[in-house]
Amino acid sequence: MRELRYDAVVVGGGAAGMAAALALDSRGKSCAVVDREPSLGGILLQCVHNGFGLIEFDEELTGPEFAERFAARLADSRIATFLGATVLEIAEEGEEKLVFCVSPSLGGLRIRARAVVLAMGCRERNRGNIRIPGTRPAGVYTAGLAQRLVNIEGYVPGKDVVVVGSGDIGLIMARRMSWIGCKVHAAVEILPYPSGLARNIVQCLRDFSIPLYLSHLTTSVYGRDRVEGVEVAPIEDGALQPEKSFRIPCDTVLLSVGLVPENELSKGAGIELNPTTGGPIVDSTLMTSRGGIFACGNVLHVHDLVDYVAEEARRAGLFAADWLEGRRPRKELRVKVGPNLRYVAPGKVDPSRENKLYMRTMIVKNEALFEARLDNAVVKSVKKAHIQPSEMLSLSLGPAELERARPDSMLELSIQ
Amino acid sequence: MKEELTCITCPLGCRLVAERGEDGSLAVSGNRCPRGAAYAREELLAPKRVVTATCRIAPASGTRRDEAAPRRVPVKTSAPFPKERVPELLAEIYRLELALPVARGAVLLADALGSGVDLVATRSVE
Ligand SMILES: Cc1cc2nc3c(=O)[nH]c(=O)nc-3n(C[C@H](O)[C@H](O)[C@H](O)COP(=O)(O)OP(=O)(O)OC[C@H]3O[C@@H](n4cnc5c(N)ncnc54)[C@H](O)[C@@H]3O)c2cc1C
Ligand code: SF4
Repeated sequence: MRELRYDAVVVGGGAAGMAAALALDSRGKSCAVVDREPSLGGILLQCVHNGFGLIEFDEELTGPEFAERFAARLADSRIATFLGATVLEIAEEGEEKLVFCVSPSLGGLRIRARAVVLAMGCRERNRGNIRIPGTRPAGVYTAGLAQRLVNIEGYVPGKDVVVVGSGDIGLIMARRMSWIGCKVHAAVEILPYPSGLARNIVQCLRDFSIPLYLSHLTTSVYGRDRVEGVEVAPIEDGALQPEKSFRIPCDTVLLSVGLVPENELSKGAGIELNPTTGGPIVDSTLMTSRGGIFACGNVLHVHDLVDYVAEEARRAGLFAADWLEGRRPRKELRVKVGPNLRYVAPGKVDPSRENKLYMRTMIVKNEALFEARLDNAVVKSVKKAHIQPSEMLSLSLGPAELERARPDSMLELSIQ
Repeated sequence: MKEELTCITCPLGCRLVAERGEDGSLAVSGNRCPRGAAYAREELLAPKRVVTATCRIAPASGTRRDEAAPRRVPVKTSAPFPKERVPELLAEIYRLELALPVARGAVLLADALGSGVDLVATRSVE
């Protein structure tokens, strides 16, 4: 088997992988990016709609444009890229990691490195994950798979569509399907509020007069060989009303019911995962429970904006460079996830420098108060005009807030 | 006549009510900031959308292409385009057959339908 050696290997060449590799390169580290697809860019390549890059580039780009700008920077750097190559395993040998890849053109390839950055992205929840009963006819797709079929492969999965869930990918696909001449009959959401952005509700549903059924459960998918429709029932005061159920005929169902970090490789490497995010547990330097293995982007926790993915990944690359230089934080504080928050990533901070934390709330609220407490004393509070679970929140904490921290201090974040 | 709409300029999503006066003026309420009024005006008087789509690749184009290579070229309007003419624009887009290679930023339809807006490629495809 061919063997190569770099300072660091980045697994995945989406927005996260590219940003992490560029950061490593900027610190003079040799680095390789491995992706199983034939082009760099990851999920961005199928997101042909616009809305990417407002923070990163200060303009609104489509996914492929965002990807190409980053790919051009890689082409101008010393970073090695291995495309069409799938990473099968990450093993350890003494101080080194061994990354095993296979590709049709290279065959087997073993890359040795002292640091690895995980950037494998996420995958979609499917029907099995949300247990919709009924028959198993053809015509049920996850929204992201349909997006790939339509936008990259040029294949139209059906004519009469119902979207289950109201995540942004499903909404974007409702518009895409309408624009290619399909009829989208409804979007059905179990929660009392949509999980996608208001802008997508307006421009992807209302523009096409597509009804959005909130507080409605998709009770079954029916049809023999091909989908013939879905059955939907309202939820009133928390109780399903089966007698009020109705059918929506369609030949295609698109599921937009959430994303989960893609961590089969991480599990194989013995990395500890956080059951709430589905991603690795990381310290203040985005390092997993395995020394020298870092994680960023959607493989760490699901992000809604690619700009945040790139920002986080850049930090992961810089921390990996620190590790290669033998620099580690002297002191770390654990972050407690307080009331109304679902998770905080990373779960530790280094009180001697600025820390950027990303988190999600569980509630929808206007005029919310976002607080950080150190040993029960408020050290930072930020007013938020509006919060909701689908919009990731961020907070910076540094020496100004944390200087009084003792080794056993407790830092708690909460929303009121 | 009263019309209701949701402001999408920021995540607050204010519910706006716009009332058209006899003289064609528009009174907007429900907005927490002036951007909401501007949004309602544009949305009710001259709504526009950025249109994104994908185009066919001419069959003869590009000698034997990799199986994994994209079969469509993604495109967008260079600026927001009048909403009521979007179906017409889409019909134009779907009539196109692009010869490869196509470079990102290449103008595929200049001044599409006389709107002053161009249609450009958003990915380089070889
Ligand atoms: C469908 C969808 C729509 C979105 N829409 C928007 C939007 O409108 N605006 C916005 O700002 N953000 C949007 N986002 C969010 C944002 O684009 C993504 O969060 C971001 O691009 C993810 O980057 P990533 O690098 O973490 O993951 P990905 O882009 O998924 O990259 C992961 C890469 O890892 C590779 N990989 C995985 N496993 C292996 C392996 N074992 N071996 C080799 N390679 C591997 C994959 O091939 C892939 O290329 C959207 C996300 C999705 C999923
Ligand atoms: S009116 Fe102002 S505050 Fe309200 S949603 Fe629009 S931009 Fe936001």
